[in-house]
Amino acid sequence: MNSIDYAVVAAGAAAIGWVLWYFFFSSGPAAAAVADAGLQQVSVTVKGGYDPALIKVRTDKPVRFVFDRQETSSCSEEIVFPDFGIRKFLPAFQKTVVDIPAPAAGSYEFTCGMSMLRGRMVAE
Amino acid sequence: MKVVIPVSGMTCAACEARVQKTLKQTPGVKDASVNLMMANATVTFDAGETSTDKLVNAIRETGYEASVPGPVENAIEDQANRDREQAAEFRELKVKAIVSGAAGLIAMFVPMLLHGSGAERELSFAMLFASLGVMGWAGRHFYVRAWAAFRHRAADMNTLIALGTGAAFVYSVIATIAPEFFISHGAAPDVYYEAIIIIIALILTGNAFEARAKRETTAALRSLAGLQPKTARVLRNEVEVEIPLEELVSGDIVVVRPGERLPVDGEVVSGQSAVDESMLTGESVPVKKVEGSRVVGATINGTGSLRYRATTLGSDSVLAQILKMMRDAQGSRAPMQHLADRVSAVFVPTVIVIAIVAFVVWFVALHTGEATTAAAAVRGFAAAVTVLIIACPCAMGLAVPTAMMVATGKGGQFGILIKGGEALQRAGDVTVVALDKTGTVTLGRPDVTDIIPVGSITEEDLLRLAASLESASEHPIATAIVRNAKERGIEIVTPGEFDSHTGLGVSAKVGGSSVAIGNAALMTQLGVDLAAVADQTTRLLEQARTAVYVSKDGALAGILAVADPVRPTSRDAIARLKSMSLRVVMISGDRKETAQAIANGVGITDVIAGVLPGGKVAEVQRLQSGGAVVAMVGDGINDAPALAASDVGIAIGTGTDIAVEAADIALMRGDLHSVADAIALSRRTTRIMKQNLFWAFIYNVIGIPIAAGALYPFMGIMLTPVIASAAMAFSSVSVVGNSLRLRSFNPS
Repeated sequence: MNSIDYAVVAAGAAAIGWVLWYFFFSSGPAAAAVADAGLQQVSVTVKGGYDPALIKVRTDKPVRFVFDRQETSSCSEEIVFPDFGIRKFLPAFQKTVVDIPAPAAGSYEFTCGMSMLRGRMVAE
Repeated sequence: MKVVIPVSGMTCAACEARVQKTLKQTPGVKDASVNLMMANATVTFDAGETSTDKLVNAIRETGYEASVPGPVENAIEDQANRDREQAAEFRELKVKAIVSGAAGLIAMFVPMLLHGSGAERELSFAMLFASLGVMGWAGRHFYVRAWAAFRHRAADMNTLIALGTGAAFVYSVIATIAPEFFISHGAAPDVYYEAIIIIIALILTGNAFEARAKRETTAALRSLAGLQPKTARVLRNEVEVEIPLEELVSGDIVVVRPGERLPVDGEVVSGQSAVDESMLTGESVPVKKVEGSRVVGATINGTGSLRYRATTLGSDSVLAQILKMMRDAQGSRAPMQHLADRVSAVFVPTVIVIAIVAFVVWFVALHTGEATTAAAAVRGFAAAVTVLIIACPCAMGLAVPTAMMVATGKGGQFGILIKGGEALQRAGDVTVVALDKTGTVTLGRPDVTDIIPVGSITEEDLLRLAASLESASEHPIATAIVRNAKERGIEIVTPGEFDSHTGLGVSAKVGGSSVAIGNAALMTQLGVDLAAVADQTTRLLEQARTAVYVSKDGALAGILAVADPVRPTSRDAIARLKSMSLRVVMISGDRKETAQAIANGVGITDVIAGVLPGGKVAEVQRLQSGGAVVAMVGDGINDAPALAASDVGIAIGTGTDIAVEAADIALMRGDLHSVADAIALSRRTTRIMKQNLFWAFIYNVIGIPIAAGALYPFMGIMLTPVIASAAMAFSSVSVVGNSLRLRSFNPS
C-alpha cells in the first residue's frame, strides 16, 4: 500500500463517520408548540420529512398537529403516532389535523406509514 | 334539519346579532344561533321550505362571507381521496416508465449502430443530454425527495437511487468532457448514460407495478365504500323527492322500492320486506324487516317496499364505521413488523456505508496489485454504485402492511372484522378456542322443544292453556312459550285470578278451568300425580331441556320442554375447529348436566360448567397459564371481561352492531364457522407476512454483498448497475404480489 491507498482508506473512514453522525447522531432544530386556550398547536410541513421534526409540548394540554403535506410522494402519505394508536392519511397539498390527548411527560415518536420518516414529540 | 355553516368576517357582537337576526327572519328557519368565537352559525330549518344554499346566500347578503359546509369527513370519503391519489400516482409512473424505457432502448442500440463511425464523441454528448432529460423529467422526484429527506437527516429509497444514478452521471460527464484524463491515467473513458436511463426506467416500472398492486390490496375497502348510494328518495311535504345524500338529514323519511339499495341507516316506519345484508355481514339469508326494525345503509331491499326514518348518517353510519374499523386495522402494526421497523430505520445509511467500504476495498485491492489508480477507482466506483442501486428498503416496509391490508379487506367480505395487526397475528397463533355456551354454541334464545300432551288434550290445546296462563308472566320460559304459541297462530286468552308461586310456577283460571304451570314441586303441592310421565321427564333432563308441567283442574294435562337450541351449524363448525388442531373448550354458567348434554350434542369433550360470570376470567387465565394461546368466543356483552382477558377476544353474531369494545375480532354472522374462518385467515396471513419478511431480508442480505463484488474472487461474478436496478425494482413487486395471493382466500 502506498500513500494514495492510505489516503483513500482515510477518506473512506471519514465519509463513513460523517454518514453515521449525520443520520444517527445529529439532530435538527426543535420547535415548541404554541399554547392557546385549552389547546397547544403546532404546524408541521411534510416534505421528504417533518419540519420541524422535534416538537416540544406541555403535558397539561391536548396537542393539535396540523400537518401540511407539500408533496405527492407516497412515502409520506400517512402519519402514525404509535403510542396513541393514531394513523391518518394526509392528502397531498392539504392540511390535516391530528389531535392528541394531553400527553404524559415523555418522548413520543411519530413516523410515516412505513417508519422511514421520523419525528419526535417531547412532552415536559 | 340542522346545519352548521362557517361564517367569516364577523368581528364583534353586533355582527353576530345581525347575522342571527337575518337568519331567524329567513322563511323556513326554526332557530338560528351564531357564534362569533367559533365563526359559525347553527341553523335549524324546515328542509321543505329552505335549503343550506339559501341560508348561505342570506348570510352573504348581510355582508359577511359564508360557505356551504363541507361534507363531514368520514371513512368513505377518506377512502375516495386516497383512491384518487393512488390512481393518479399510478398513471404518472406508467407514462414516465414507458417514455424512459423507450429512451433507454434507443440509448442501448444507437451506440451499437454508430460504432466505429468516428462520431463517438458527438454521440457521448447526445447521450449526456438524453440522460439529463430523463433524470430531470422522469426521475426528477427521486432527486427532489432525496434532497428533502437529506435535509431532514433522513434517508430512504430515493436517497439510494439519487446517489447511485447521480454519482454515475457525474462520473460519465467527466469522462465525456475530459476523456484524456482517463486515458492518460490508464483507464478507458467509459460512460454510464444508457445505464442511468435504463435504471430509472426499470425502477419506475417497478414503482408503477407496486402502485397498482398496492391499490389492489385495498380493493375490498373500495368496493365496500362504493356500496354507498349517492342519492336518496325522501318525503318532503308528503312528496317523494330524490336528493343528494349530503342533503339528507336525521329524521327524514326515506322511501325504498323493491330491489333498491338503502341509502342510510334507519328505523322502519311502514311496509315490510326482506333485506339482503350479505355485503356487510356475510350472512346470505335475507333479514325480515317490519315496522320498528333497524335497517342499515348499503344493504339491498328485497321484494317489499319500505319507508324508514333516517337515523345515523355520515361518519356515524354502520358502513362508515365498518370502513373506519377496517382502515384502522389496516393502519395498525402487527408485532411482526417491529423487526422490519428496526431494520428500515438504519437501513439506508448502512447501505451507504457498505457502498463506501466496497469502493475502498476494491480500490486498495486493485491498486496494490497491478492496476493504475484510475482503473482501480473506476472498478471501485462501479461496485459502490451497484450496491446503492440494488439495496431495497421498500420490500421490507411493504412486507407486513400489504398482507395486513388484503387480509382485513378479505375478512370484511366474510363479515369478519379484525381490529388490528396485533389481533390478527395472535389469532394466527391460537391453540385453544374457548366457547361460551349461551348465545355462542346455542342461539341464546330459549324455545319450546317438546309438547307432550297427557290424556285426551291435543298439542294445540295444551299450548293454548300454557300460553294463556304464561302471557301474564315475564319469565324467560314464559316468553318462549307465548312466542311459540303466537308463531303457530294459536289464540291466547287473558287469564283470570292469576297467582304466582315464587320458585314454583303460576296458576290461574283459563276459560273456566283451574290451570297451573310449573315445576314438579308445584305439582306435588297441588296433588297432581306425575308418575305417568317419569320416563319422559328423565329423557328431557338428559337432553338438557327444562320440563314444565301443566295441570288442568287438578289433573296432569301435559309437559312442555323448553331449551336454548344449539345453532344448526355449531356441530360442523366445532369439528372444523378440531380439524385445525385447535383444542375446543366450552365454558358455561349452567349446571354440569345441562352443559354436558349440549357439549355432547356438538362434539365438545372439554366442558367447564357451573362457572359464575366472574369466574370465566379465571378459567381463561387458567387455560393461559398452561401455555395456551386462548381465543374466547362470546356474545361480547355478558362475556366482555372474559373476552378482554383472553389473548384474542371474539364477539360472535354482532350483526351490524360492530362497536364491541372488548373484542379483538367481531363476527357479524352468528355462526361458529366464522370463528374457524377468522382463525384460518389469520393463520394464512401470518404465514404470508413471514414469507414476505424472509424474502425482503434475504434479498438484501444476498443482493448487497454480490453487488459489492463478494463473489468476484471466487466465481468471477460482478453485477452491473442495470441488473441491480432490475432486481431492486422487482423485489418489492414480488412482496406485494405475494400478499395479493390472500385475495384467493376462501374459508370453506
